[in-house]
Amino acid sequence: MEANNEIIVFHDVSKIYSIGENEVRALSHASMSIRKGEFVSIIGPSGSGKSTMMNIIGCLDVCDEGDYYLNGQSIKEYSETELARIRNRQIGFIFQNFNLIGNLTAEENVELPLIYQRAGKAERKELVDNALSRVGLTSRKSHKPSELSGGQQQRVAVARALVTRPSIFLADEPTGNLDSATGKEIMGLFHELHEQGNTIVLITHDPTVASQASRSIRIFDGEVTE
Amino acid sequence: MILQSVKMAWKAIISNKLRSFLTMLGIIIGVLSLVVLVSIASSTTSAVKDKISSIGTNLLTVTVSDDKGNPIKLDDLDSIVESNDSISAAAPIATSSVTASSSYSEETATVYGTTGSYFSIQGLSLSSGRTIKMTDVDNHTNVVVISSDLAKDVMGRQDVTGESISLGGIKYLIIGVLEADDSTTSTYSSYMAYIPYTSLIRLSTSVSTNITSFCVSSTSDTSMDAAESALDSYLLARFNDDEDAYSIQNQSEIMEAMSSVTNVMTLMLGGIAAISLLVGGIGIMNIMLVSVSERTREIGIRKAIGAGRGSIMTQFLIEALMISLMGCGIGIFFSWIALKIISVFAISYSMTFTMSKSVVLIAIAFSLAIGVIFGLYPANKAARKNPIEALRCSE
Repeated sequence: MEANNEIIVFHDVSKIYSIGENEVRALSHASMSIRKGEFVSIIGPSGSGKSTMMNIIGCLDVCDEGDYYLNGQSIKEYSETELARIRNRQIGFIFQNFNLIGNLTAEENVELPLIYQRAGKAERKELVDNALSRVGLTSRKSHKPSELSGGQQQRVAVARALVTRPSIFLADEPTGNLDSATGKEIMGLFHELHEQGNTIVLITHDPTVASQASRSIRIFDGEVTE
Repeated sequence: MILQSVKMAWKAIISNKLRSFLTMLGIIIGVLSLVVLVSIASSTTSAVKDKISSIGTNLLTVTVSDDKGNPIKLDDLDSIVESNDSISAAAPIATSSVTASSSYSEETATVYGTTGSYFSIQGLSLSSGRTIKMTDVDNHTNVVVISSDLAKDVMGRQDVTGESISLGGIKYLIIGVLEADDSTTSTYSSYMAYIPYTSLIRLSTSVSTNITSFCVSSTSDTSMDAAESALDSYLLARFNDDEDAYSIQNQSEIMEAMSSVTNVMTLMLGGIAAISLLVGGIGIMNIMLVSVSERTREIGIRKAIGAGRGSIMTQFLIEALMISLMGCGIGIFFSWIALKIISVFAISYSMTFTMSKSVVLIAIAFSLAIGVIFGLYPANKAARKNPIEALRCSE
């Protein structure tokens, strides 16, 4: 294993949900690894376990069996607060339905992760302005999400993800709620981020979206097939 | 972080103005009733206390109901004063109601038959002239000291010393006019005339040389008990050890009884108002719970981008605290206005209602406590939400 270069390592990871008396293995002995600076898509039909995988990669959840290493650090037996800290500093989430906070402006939404980092005011301002200009939304920074188009909202979400300079960008069907033209724009943003050396993990069920990544990890019935 | 939480809470509050205001209303009404009721009670208490202490806290009033054939005479009062160090003065009191008239006007006045000591015992002061002298009493002189209101309404002006007024058809020489008494309420007549006790015997058939009521002042506030017991033993000896033949009223005892009654009243009113504040607190909890479940998705987003339990908890707790403290502030402001308005109406009773500082502090402390107590459970509920489930929740 090229340990130094691997940012995400799944080693025999299983996640088991119990629904009543039945046990459902959402992930079953999944192993894979993603290197630093890679643009990887995780593709699988709905119910395949890709969401579970995303939750574990994104430290929203922890695995029941096996090991998950993020930046060489085993994510296991962490407290909720420590997981929140890792999410805050290492993961940049981008969701299908944008997940912006409705009563905050674009600027304030982007600022939020920095507030949880307890960054100083001047530093926050600089980083927020920088992030918004990178997604080309400087002129719309004081608009609320409801005043923005879907594409613009997703740009705000990308800005919110990149403002903390995370180790990985984790995008869950980022183009799923957008028309194909705006979807392409957003994908263009991801390519830009990739070219700047960022690690991007794209979760999707759409093969055409997945094909834009340099590598695809296929998942089916909780197992990594490729 | 706290500053940021305050900003977030403020945003949440103003993004739902009507709901926030209605939630605050519970606290506003609670604080309003607490502050206004307690302020009124304590203002009334102090007004009544002032009134009583202006009469004098070293005052004893004796009423004889059965003289056992051995009535108290004027000379006896002198011997009471002389034989007891603790007693500084004594004056008889007899009253009658007569028509006071002059060429200007006429009114029904209360006539007090007494001696010169009465003025010092009751703390009455003159604006002009002199009080009743012992020679006036001895010679049954027709002289009178009148109250300021009587001078104004019957004589037509204040400075009437040396003129004469007719009481029950008999001419009296005005030897003095009392100072205007601001604390006298307009609810009872302040037309009063003070004449020598012996003159009143002639004026009224119901008054005789047998004194049935008199007032005594002790030499100081501290010699009250000594004066009272001296008086008590004198009267017991005089009336064949019959305790029921007379009664002694102690001004400071009345004052003590008064303040214990008003204290209980204040506590009771405060307690009732505090219950409404408590109900306001339950309103906050209710709305916060609704708010937490409405904002499940927001909580999920915040958690996904790195908010820990503590941050979410602080945010919602501060929101609850802010609602209750803003409500408290508005409530205090409205109480201040309410007390101003009440004072305007009470001006004819020459009472002023001021906001009691201690009850304001109590209201703030209470609102703070309510914000924390009723905000804690919803905030904890928000903080414990699972981010995955919270994100999945559709709005």
